[in-house]
Amino acid sequence: MLRIEGLRKNFGGLKALDGLDFEVPPRSILGVLGMNGSGKTTMLNCINGVYIASSGSIQLDGKELTGLKPAQIFDRGVGRTFQVPRVFSRMTLWDNLAVPLLSRSMTRAERDEIRATWLKKVHLFDLRHNYAEELSGGQQKLLELARIMVSRPKLVLLDEPFAGVNPTLSRLLIDVIRDMPGETGCSVVLVSHDLTSIYELSHDIIVMHEGRILARGDAETVQSNPDVVEAYLGA
Amino acid sequence: MIRVMIPLALAVLALFAASLLTGPAGIGVRDGLAALVAGDGGPLTLIMREIRLPRAILALMIGGSLGLAGAAMQGYLRNPLAEPGLIGVSGSAALGAVLALQTGLAASFALGLPLMALAGALIGVMLVMLLAGPRGASLTLILAGIAVSALAGALVSLVLNLSPNPFAASEMMFWMMGSLADRSMLHVWLAAPLMALGAGLLLTLGRGLDALTLGEDAAEAMGVPLSRLRLQLVIGTACVVGAGTAVAGAIGFVGLVVPHILRPLVGARPSRLLWASTLGGAAMLLAADIAVRLILPERDLKLGVVTALVGAPLFLHLILKLRKERI
Repeated sequence: MLRIEGLRKNFGGLKALDGLDFEVPPRSILGVLGMNGSGKTTMLNCINGVYIASSGSIQLDGKELTGLKPAQIFDRGVGRTFQVPRVFSRMTLWDNLAVPLLSRSMTRAERDEIRATWLKKVHLFDLRHNYAEELSGGQQKLLELARIMVSRPKLVLLDEPFAGVNPTLSRLLIDVIRDMPGETGCSVVLVSHDLTSIYELSHDIIVMHEGRILARGDAETVQSNPDVVEAYLGA
Repeated sequence: MIRVMIPLALAVLALFAASLLTGPAGIGVRDGLAALVAGDGGPLTLIMREIRLPRAILALMIGGSLGLAGAAMQGYLRNPLAEPGLIGVSGSAALGAVLALQTGLAASFALGLPLMALAGALIGVMLVMLLAGPRGASLTLILAGIAVSALAGALVSLVLNLSPNPFAASEMMFWMMGSLADRSMLHVWLAAPLMALGAGLLLTLGRGLDALTLGEDAAEAMGVPLSRLRLQLVIGTACVVGAGTAVAGAIGFVGLVVPHILRPLVGARPSRLLWASTLGGAAMLLAADIAVRLILPERDLKLGVVTALVGAPLFLHLILKLRKERI
């Protein structure tokens, strides 16, 4: 699915990413941990084309993504959410989910079906005629996720999906994310500070530190890695 | 949306009819329409078909184009103060026109002036694209537009400064105030293809402009190709504004004020504002062109003067309203 080799991104003299290598297999969730400034969001920005990598390779299903523009990468099947949810505040929830579908060759019935499916999954279907600005921050995160998922991405990049979300909605979000690979066949790169969620959801975890991968493995391996304990977990 | 579009469309139709029936000849409704439709080749037919019809069509086309380009530009830049002239098209078209007047090309054949204005608009927009670069952000586009506008403005002043006599200078000044008087179907046929092309490009920007309300990075992450969108916006605006300025001179405020007035009625989605502003712009310019013929028919009041006189207070009203809402 996603293969990253020797990924580097420099901003002047600053090495934001310093040779990342990892893979995300099909239908799996990769958790990414790291302190602020460790390069997590920069990595997402390189994968979806907002930043052009200084060197290295990013491949999705064997096809190179480096050098492509974000819109082309979206067309190849990469969707992403942002730390602060980006929803169309003055549109209804139903219309919000229509925007990414407008360029897709789908019948109206197909569009309606997938929109209804995803609004039901995130428990927002009953609010579909409300404006997005009426939602809480957590509900907006759910709506943003639903908007990404209606375009049936192969790879979903989630940037801090649990930040500022109350425990109830956070539980719902965890359930939705957990089911995504099995139900839609997508893979997920999940960047978060929320250790519990990362440990619960991820099939594999990488811990980033100063643009490099400090540790990788399952939750148990990462938690017991002394470098991680010292540099990030602090306990 | 429909509650806004239907009254707007009806207003445009009514104003178009009123424009056809307004003029110093004092032609009645029945006679005017009969001369326009049946046409016996007499003076009434000549007035209706050769003078009033092109004038009304041009007001409809240019007003609609300015409203549309204003809505698209405000949507792209996510700035309600943006207007179509921001990318330097009207300024460079005006430069082409004054050069045509200065060199005598305008007098040598009927389309000399509009063609020179079109050439000016084309050169201006090419300069803007060259300066902004292929992947430049919206800020680069604004700066490039301001630079080209400033340069064109300076050159227009130079041409005025060097004009051989006061009559030539006043002719240029009057042209720049904008007017639809004495335009023929030739002007319509010159502007129509470019305006149709430009309108086609701008009216398909809706989804991209909606997505852009979330920011450039989010729009791109939703599959909106920003470079193509910007190219489409600039070429579309250049076509409609360049063609409009070429045949009618510089007409301000329509592209700025109309989207402002209609935004609260159609909602904050830029896609919805495109069609509404097209109709709103057409209605505003048709009304202004009727006003210039009714207020001071003997003094050849210029259209750009009326739109500015109506637009500026309207804009001030909107600012005061906004201030009240913020308190």
